[in-house]
Amino acid sequence: MAIYLDNAATTKPCTAAVEAALEAMRVNYGNPSSLHRAGLDAQLAVDKSRKIIADSLGVDSSTVYFTSGATESNNLALRGASAAYGRKRRRIVISSVEHASVEETAADLEKRDFEVVRVTPGENGRFSAMDFLAACNDDTCLLSMMSVNNETGDILPVAEVFAAVKRKFPHIITHCDCVQAYMKIPVKPAAMNADIVSLSAHKIHGVKGVGAIYIKKGVRVLPLVTGGKQEKGIRSGTESVPLIAAFGAAVDELLPTMNERFSRVAELKRHLLGLVDEIDGISVNSHDEASPYVINISAEGKHSEIMLHFLENRGIYVSSGSACSKGKQSGVLEQYRIPMKRADSAIRVSITADTTVEELDSFVEALTDGIKKIRS
Amino acid sequence: MKEIVLVKYGEMALKGLNKKTFEDMLTKNIKRRIKSLGRFICTSAQSTLYITPEEDNADLSEVVDRVGKIFGIAALCRACVCEKDFDDITEKSVDYLSGILSTASSFKVTAKRADKSFPMKSPDICRELGGVLLERFPNLHVDVNNPEITVTVEIRDTNAYVHAENIKGAGGLPVGSSGKAMLLLSGGIDSPVAGWMMAKRGVHIAAIHYVSPPYTSERAQLKVEQLCEKLTDYCGGIGFYCVPFTEIQEAIKDNCPEEFFTIIMRRLMMEIAQRIAAKDGCLALITGESVGQVASQTMSAIACTDAVCRIPVFRPLIGMDKTEIIEISRKIDTFETSTLPYEDCCTVFTPRHPKVRPVLADVEKAQNSFDFEPLIAEAVEKTELKIFNFSR
Repeated sequence: MAIYLDNAATTKPCTAAVEAALEAMRVNYGNPSSLHRAGLDAQLAVDKSRKIIADSLGVDSSTVYFTSGATESNNLALRGASAAYGRKRRRIVISSVEHASVEETAADLEKRDFEVVRVTPGENGRFSAMDFLAACNDDTCLLSMMSVNNETGDILPVAEVFAAVKRKFPHIITHCDCVQAYMKIPVKPAAMNADIVSLSAHKIHGVKGVGAIYIKKGVRVLPLVTGGKQEKGIRSGTESVPLIAAFGAAVDELLPTMNERFSRVAELKRHLLGLVDEIDGISVNSHDEASPYVINISAEGKHSEIMLHFLENRGIYVSSGSACSKGKQSGVLEQYRIPMKRADSAIRVSITADTTVEELDSFVEALTDGIKKIRS
Repeated sequence: MKEIVLVKYGEMALKGLNKKTFEDMLTKNIKRRIKSLGRFICTSAQSTLYITPEEDNADLSEVVDRVGKIFGIAALCRACVCEKDFDDITEKSVDYLSGILSTASSFKVTAKRADKSFPMKSPDICRELGGVLLERFPNLHVDVNNPEITVTVEIRDTNAYVHAENIKGAGGLPVGSSGKAMLLLSGGIDSPVAGWMMAKRGVHIAAIHYVSPPYTSERAQLKVEQLCEKLTDYCGGIGFYCVPFTEIQEAIKDNCPEEFFTIIMRRLMMEIAQRIAAKDGCLALITGESVGQVASQTMSAIACTDAVCRIPVFRPLIGMDKTEIIEISRKIDTFETSTLPYEDCCTVFTPRHPKVRPVLADVEKAQNSFDFEPLIAEAVEKTELKIFNFSR
């Protein structure tokens, strides 16, 4: 049996999600826009998922829209909000450790004459709210920062930053990529002063190909896709009822156990770090206060990709850096002041509450072996 | 550090001997609304209600959001509980407010000393605490006229409280303190607003809706149910009565002159509503009519409609413009649902030229040409009740 420790890349769909998707394909195959009963049933299935997700965020159902995934949600947030609010205000502020779907989108907007300011962590590798506030000005239309970093698990001070920025610049639209936070720590747009929030289903035991975006009532976002005005015109195209139903089912299953799962994962992280601490030449790149779901470590001198394939041969799946970048270094670790040599050997272990102590023990055993056997 | 929510009463604070009744009603409404968020203790003293979480990780921002919509409250805020000791107040203020104060530029301190036995007077508290905060947060300066942050210290019976926010409450009287009434809910913009306005005055709402399949669709009914659910945030639980109305509408169409279709339909709706109201203990009917908005809402038409009513009919929107009504419907978040494009029963068989100034005798004569009683009795009989509770 493979040991899957790459849950920040994607997760195994839970049974409830798979069954909900199958049910929607076998029985509930109507088009939600059709006026007849089959259409209404499909629409009700979509709305049921919408309500589950809205409830989990503590927001009204009418503020949640389905997309094809978090990459689309992030694109919609940045492009849609900058199109609506950026005619005169040409600055966009982001953190320097954003996921590619935010970073590359911002870079593209930069080519279209937006000024993009990237806020970096301080000497201690932590972000300060004052730095974000200082980067914002009257000409800023949008501030985008992630809640939990996908490579290090770092929890960014989003609520503090957004509260401070909204107080001083109420016109700035705030967007938070909550992909690695959702269903792991509470995500409440109102409490964190976020106008727009991006979510993904497949990171939380749903199915790939669907995500969601929360857009606060009254905040304008111009659509990227035009057509039949589904999702109130924010995202045209017939809704993928099976994937959406699976998304709702996954949230429904995970939400009640969020706190217990967090405690269990924190316990697993302590266990893993306890073992790793015994091994010479290993350094931990994640902060102590980082999300326990993501643990970034380096076996110094052992190139990430070689270690990854060594572990793979033992049936253990981890990731080097972010899975989206396919081996290409994202530079995020450097942003966190991790020295180049350590970043070169960084591997990301991302766990879930279903991960077992035995699996982590096997991983550490293989890692120790790898450090011995891999020639540097 | 212990954090609680302080809730200040609205006009019920001015009540005399029956104040306790209102207080109990409000406490009950609040408890019911936040029950799903965990365990809380609600106590009241000096026209303030204290919501104290019994668990560590209670979601107080959600508590504030939900309680902010409950009628009977003037203002509310999250606050940090301190000992009635200046050093403790200072220490906890620095700690509790550090996030907000470290990113602000101007502030002021206000103090309310309800417990006059506290050794320092209010201006002293303001000056001393302000001095400490200035020292601890070099980014701050004092601005008493237009501060970015107002730090409030309240010295009360058992504890002192520090907070930096004051959120306006929904006002009005606690729902239920004024009895119960039946809202005619069509699915348009006006009726949810009318219900909200009466709930604000402490009226517990039940809703009645008329469906005419196949002339109206299931989606239209779902839309009204959604509106009902939205109203629960403000009104609490709502009993929703759904009346099958097709046969009555077809009978009107077959037997009455076209110009009286709408007015006769309104009279029959009122008749059914007050029969169900009587069963449910409702003391009045509520409609979203506003004088002159449409043909059935002229003074003559309203007089013809009211002629069948044996209980009061409240029309809180009677003197309001459509734009004013829309403004409220946006505020209470029913506008978007109300404007979904589904046919409702009021627009089925609309006459091309309705009588704008109907005369009661003519309307009665037209209506009496057919015996509606068996159909009315049957509609009342077949009415279905659904209970809506908080959407979250």
